[in-house]
Amino acid sequence: MRLEILNSGYRPDTKLLFAIIRMFSGRPLPDAAKLVFYRPGFYGAAAKKFTHEAMRGPSAWSVADRELMAAFVSSVNESAFCVGAHTATAERAYRDRSKVQAVLADLESAPVDDGLRATLRMLGKLTREGKAGAEDMRDVLSAGVSPQQIEDALAVCAAFNTTGRLADAFGFQLLSPEDFDAGAKYLLKRGYK
Amino acid sequence: MPAEDKKRAAHQVLVERVLTGAGKASPEQRARAFSNAGVPPPLQALIGKVATSPAQVTDADFATAKASGLSEDQLFELVVSAAVGQATRMYDAGLAALAEATGNERPDNAT
Repeated sequence: MRLEILNSGYRPDTKLLFAIIRMFSGRPLPDAAKLVFYRPGFYGAAAKKFTHEAMRGPSAWSVADRELMAAFVSSVNESAFCVGAHTATAERAYRDRSKVQAVLADLESAPVDDGLRATLRMLGKLTREGKAGAEDMRDVLSAGVSPQQIEDALAVCAAFNTTGRLADAFGFQLLSPEDFDAGAKYLLKRGYK
Repeated sequence: MPAEDKKRAAHQVLVERVLTGAGKASPEQRARAFSNAGVPPPLQALIGKVATSPAQVTDADFATAKASGLSEDQLFELVVSAAVGQATRMYDAGLAALAEATGNERPDNAT
């Protein structure tokens, strides 16, 4: 990562934990997972809690839908690490690779229901332009999405507009498809806690 | 308790930690990075990109910021502040637009 403290500035007990994880998983810890261990009182602890709540807390959206939103927001931000991580997680959660690929290639023609499509369209605009109006929300509501679902989607959007920015600014190292898939398995089993 | 309150409450904790928690950069520096406004020139390129075009951040942006005398811990905090700040503005804008769109319906739908 671009700051040396994020590569080697961890506390001794954290470094030991990283070594143990590497030993048992056979893989180094992804930079996304490392970052939240750096001075966790400043960012990591609160960020994990918010992200877990957004991605795994109660919601009418499935976990797969929310992972797809994370991948979609990341693709608008051109955040390669987060696209890789959450594409893999959404594909595994839906058990449908082609659906996720279709959404990222062309939202308008992808085989998803109108409510999810309208929600992704609104999240895309908000992420691209940094703003959205009441009219954008009415479009989503008229596609059958509840106000609560919109709020839940906005939380996912906030979480990944934060994480994606940090991934790109700090320069998270990209993983192989196998390692992204291993990360996806972990995220589906354990979440973001 | 509605689920969205827990999500928003968790987000608010994050914002407060970043802006006012213990850190090496001053709360004023963090507030400027958070709002991407009034950031001094050596940091402007880095913070501006984190907020608006994060994929464009380069090693040189960090080198320039470091050369101005900021430590790695200060840069860590200021980049995090900028990222959380931009995402917070989007979250707030989305919630405000939703409130406007549903303004008249909400009391009727309340349970």
